[in-house]
Amino acid sequence: MERRDSAMSKTQVHFHPDGQEALVELLFQLADDDFLLAYRGSEWLGLAPHIEEDIAFSSISQDTMGHAAMYYQLLEDLGCGSADELAHARPAAARRNAVLLERVNGPGHYLREPRYDWAFTVVRQYFYTQAKRIRLESLTKRVYTPLAEVAAKIQVELHYHLLHWHTWFVQLTNAPGEARTRMTKAIQDVAADFAGVLTLGAKGADMVRWGLIDDEKVLTERTIAALAPAFAEVGLDWPMPFGMKHGNGRNGEHTPDLDEALATLSEVYRAVPHAVW
Amino acid sequence: MAAMMTFTRLSDEEKYERFMQRIEAGEKIEADDWMPDEYRTALIKLIAMHAVSEIMGALPEKEWVPKAPSLRRKLGIMAKVQDEMGHGQLLLRVAEDLMAPLGKTREDILEDLLNERLKFHNVFHMAAPTWADAGLIGWLVDGAAIMTQTNMLDASYGPYARALKRICAEEVFHAQHGESIILALAEGTKEQKEMLQEALNRWWEALLMFFGPPTADTTGTSKQDITIKYRIRTKTNEQLRQDFFTKYVPRIWALGLKIPDETMHFDKEKGQWIYRQPDWERFKEIIRNNGPKSQERLELRRTAYKQNAWVREALGAVRTAG
Repeated sequence: MERRDSAMSKTQVHFHPDGQEALVELLFQLADDDFLLAYRGSEWLGLAPHIEEDIAFSSISQDTMGHAAMYYQLLEDLGCGSADELAHARPAAARRNAVLLERVNGPGHYLREPRYDWAFTVVRQYFYTQAKRIRLESLTKRVYTPLAEVAAKIQVELHYHLLHWHTWFVQLTNAPGEARTRMTKAIQDVAADFAGVLTLGAKGADMVRWGLIDDEKVLTERTIAALAPAFAEVGLDWPMPFGMKHGNGRNGEHTPDLDEALATLSEVYRAVPHAVW
Repeated sequence: MAAMMTFTRLSDEEKYERFMQRIEAGEKIEADDWMPDEYRTALIKLIAMHAVSEIMGALPEKEWVPKAPSLRRKLGIMAKVQDEMGHGQLLLRVAEDLMAPLGKTREDILEDLLNERLKFHNVFHMAAPTWADAGLIGWLVDGAAIMTQTNMLDASYGPYARALKRICAEEVFHAQHGESIILALAEGTKEQKEMLQEALNRWWEALLMFFGPPTADTTGTSKQDITIKYRIRTKTNEQLRQDFFTKYVPRIWALGLKIPDETMHFDKEKGQWIYRQPDWERFKEIIRNNGPKSQERLELRRTAYKQNAWVREALGAVRTAG
């Protein structure tokens, strides 16, 4: 009950009615991206390579979950439903996250035989954080003030996330033997789905027309320019072209990994209908 | 320098006497100070067990981190479990300093845990099958931990006392986080109330066991005498259990919950709580890693340890090259 009441009691901040659809679409992309990646991060809890990393990674996942919560709140303020409902109750087809971010951490389950892949995690986090930073820079300069303000807040934390993942990326890729092999494979794997992070989906042109964000081509160029120095540091060729091997999540195409994630993350939420937790 | 020269010339008995005078005067012992082997060994056991209990203690709640039922609860429980890992890290550092003269490191502690040479706290061997268990762990297990740790805040070993100060401050937040989950359930639907009562039924015996046996007679061993002698702690296991009852039994009743022990009451004449003893034989089995979830949780850590071996190797290579 509380969920609906809180949705009604908030002041609704409207955008131009004709541009609202594009705004809502963009907010779902931003919210779902962070929500799913934070969820995958939370599965790592207690399983990271060492205790210090467990603590740092958990802190990053909390920040990321907090970012998702802020975006869902903006959607709630626009009258799209309560933030919790948007996070927990939307079916896979309604999700707008990039497929790369829903993909499992590796074989196994977070409670049974988690044979998680740290190389894949490091590369996914590093690539995504760079793309996220470029996107946020664009958002802070744009017309919808509530979003520009949220983006400015998130930017502050992102600096540290980027530093963290860049360190792991370079250290492991430059380490001899098995580490470099695993990292090279993970880079190929992440690149195969990375175009799905960079695209703004079918409504991207509308988002640009309404002044919400820069064009995806511009954002892509900036992201590549931001990643390039790290590739020089590790002496590897650029993994182009980026692909959407497992589908375009922005258009509602998803993998069974997302179904499994949604079932787990909403298990308690759905257990007792209309309950307050 | 002169004082140090004099000290090194003392016999072990004289050193011991001085050591006892220091702790009886309320002075803090630091990592590099002389200490009797019995003291060092007791501290290493206590702190290493505390450290791995924090790390293993993250696992029952970890089960509920991805499943927490709202954005707020997801953020809350993520932060809480992260704190527990942080406590583990802090305590490992304290234990490492004590172990250094014995040529042992943190790796030894973690390997001892995985090879089952080092025990972890009884509560973390138990199943947490519902969201209510996650709330109850925060409220009552952390509540119990605050009591045992507050009892050691003035421990004679300075580094441990200082670590506990920080840990206790965070545990207070954890207990509030747990209480908030519990209150929502206690005020919720019929299903939520049932879920909560079942969780309490499940955890009650483990909570009694948490404080350890009343005397060494119960289980054959108890470290409480040594830790009291060296002023690491002040109260006995039973005193702590009674304090726990005094604080929490009225609160549990006030929420409309039933304690699964019909004999539970406060005897005004004796000034103590009367309760049914838990099965101490079962307790011994649990801490020997034969509890309901002991092996599953150890296996989870073993899998992660094996899975990440290549990362440790790579970091080692970086360090050597650097």
